[in-house]
Amino acid sequence: MKTLINIIKSFTLFELLKGMSLTGKRFATKKFTVQYPEEKTPQSPRFRGLHALRKYPNGEERCIGCKLCEAVCPALAITIDSEEREDGSRRTTRYDIDLFKCVYCGFCEEACPVDAIVETRVFEYAFFERGQQIMTKDMLLEVGRKYEEEIAADRQADAPYR
Amino acid sequence: MLEWAQNFMAAIPPVLLMTVYMFIFVLVLFGCVAYVTLAERKVIGFMQVRIGPNRVGPRGFGQPIADALKLMFKEMILPNDADRFLFRLAPLLSMIPALAAWAVIPFADGWNFADINAGLLYLLAMTSLGIYGVIIAGWASNSKYALLGALRSAAQIVSYEIAMGFALVGVLMASGSLNLGDIVEAQEGNVFTWNWLILFPLFITYLIAGVAETNRAPFDVVEGESEIVAGFHVEYSGMGFALFFLAEYANIILISALTALLFLGGWLSPFPESWSSVPYLGVLLGHGPHMFIAKTCFFIFCFLWFRATFPRYRYDQIMRLGWKVLLPITLIWIFVEGVLLYFELPPWWFD
Repeated sequence: MKTLINIIKSFTLFELLKGMSLTGKRFATKKFTVQYPEEKTPQSPRFRGLHALRKYPNGEERCIGCKLCEAVCPALAITIDSEEREDGSRRTTRYDIDLFKCVYCGFCEEACPVDAIVETRVFEYAFFERGQQIMTKDMLLEVGRKYEEEIAADRQADAPYR
Repeated sequence: MLEWAQNFMAAIPPVLLMTVYMFIFVLVLFGCVAYVTLAERKVIGFMQVRIGPNRVGPRGFGQPIADALKLMFKEMILPNDADRFLFRLAPLLSMIPALAAWAVIPFADGWNFADINAGLLYLLAMTSLGIYGVIIAGWASNSKYALLGALRSAAQIVSYEIAMGFALVGVLMASGSLNLGDIVEAQEGNVFTWNWLILFPLFITYLIAGVAETNRAPFDVVEGESEIVAGFHVEYSGMGFALFFLAEYANIILISALTALLFLGGWLSPFPESWSSVPYLGVLLGHGPHMFIAKTCFFIFCFLWFRATFPRYRYDQIMRLGWKVLLPITLIWIFVEGVLLYFELPPWWFD
């Protein structure tokens, strides 16, 4: 009986027609495509993109050179040198992130006791020459200065869950 | 003015006029081929719930032109160990039969280039010739993938040629002629006197064999991207590559046109005769080349639909389907048809 049904099914092309009816239906459904440069998909405040170093509102940089981020980084993408400043506080002299090594896991951000290193929502960036992928301290601070408002708002939005 | 134009036309030697007509036709066909590629990307895109190319020109209508221009400016690389002459000849060999076959296709009553009485045989010959381009391309490239693709293609096309040929035998038995115009005229009546109903198994067989003939999904083991890279045309680039694709799409259009002619009554209108006297709209509802083109477009759409739906067959399954399923079906139906014809039994209600 089962073989008979199978024979009838294969000779009436039952399964093929079923498949075609599915694709036929999809042909007419609304398309989900997002026209990228003109339209963008919504982002979470927890989005992990390009890194930034933040400063306090009074202009003092947050990073205290504790090197927790360097220690936690699974890809060894962070390199930090630090020394004592004239006023006796410890500050970094070098803070490099190699974006080719970075896996954007966000551990550095989690490890940071002063919310200095953060990952912003910026994801549209490219490098055109070798060496450009190394984000130096100045570049990171510049990103932080540019997006401080957005960064602060995102930390605020996520604060209840941290 | 009109008289002058008529005199002028009459003064042109018919050979020259024919050449001009053919030239125009081939240009139009190339245009159609280009837009079938766009239609394919759009249709498959739509079936995968995306929208396909839409950046070049309004709604992506400039895409095929951009593609053609890009391919024209690319270098045609000649592999070191390739057979230079055959390597260049192969794309032409696959292109020419696909175009030559159009000579006998009637768009409407008497609208063809060559009204020969063995049109069906000519078509069978031309569609089989295309395989030489593929085999020679595979051999001349001197590459293992190309050779494997060519061998697969040869075996596949030989197998399906037989089922296809037998389906055509059924058609010519039903209409009693090898001339395509006569075949269409023999189907005259209404939708149910068209060949698709009485020759239904042959119609389906012909369609499946046609998909296999043109090496389209789900029978595209010849190209088999996941197994043999791109099959017979791995070594081709630039215009040589483009010619293979032109040939493939020209063949799709050809097979669709043939299916429309042989099984769906070509230029015949599905509407009752009386509808053609409706003012203005009557021209559209009556017989004419637009009916033929509409039916052809439907089958082209089916080809794209198949590609969007079915996964690729395994090679031995293709062979099994060709020899053990399609061939017996055609043989049985030809026998049934023969018996019906001999005793003039229904459903042979015409003739």
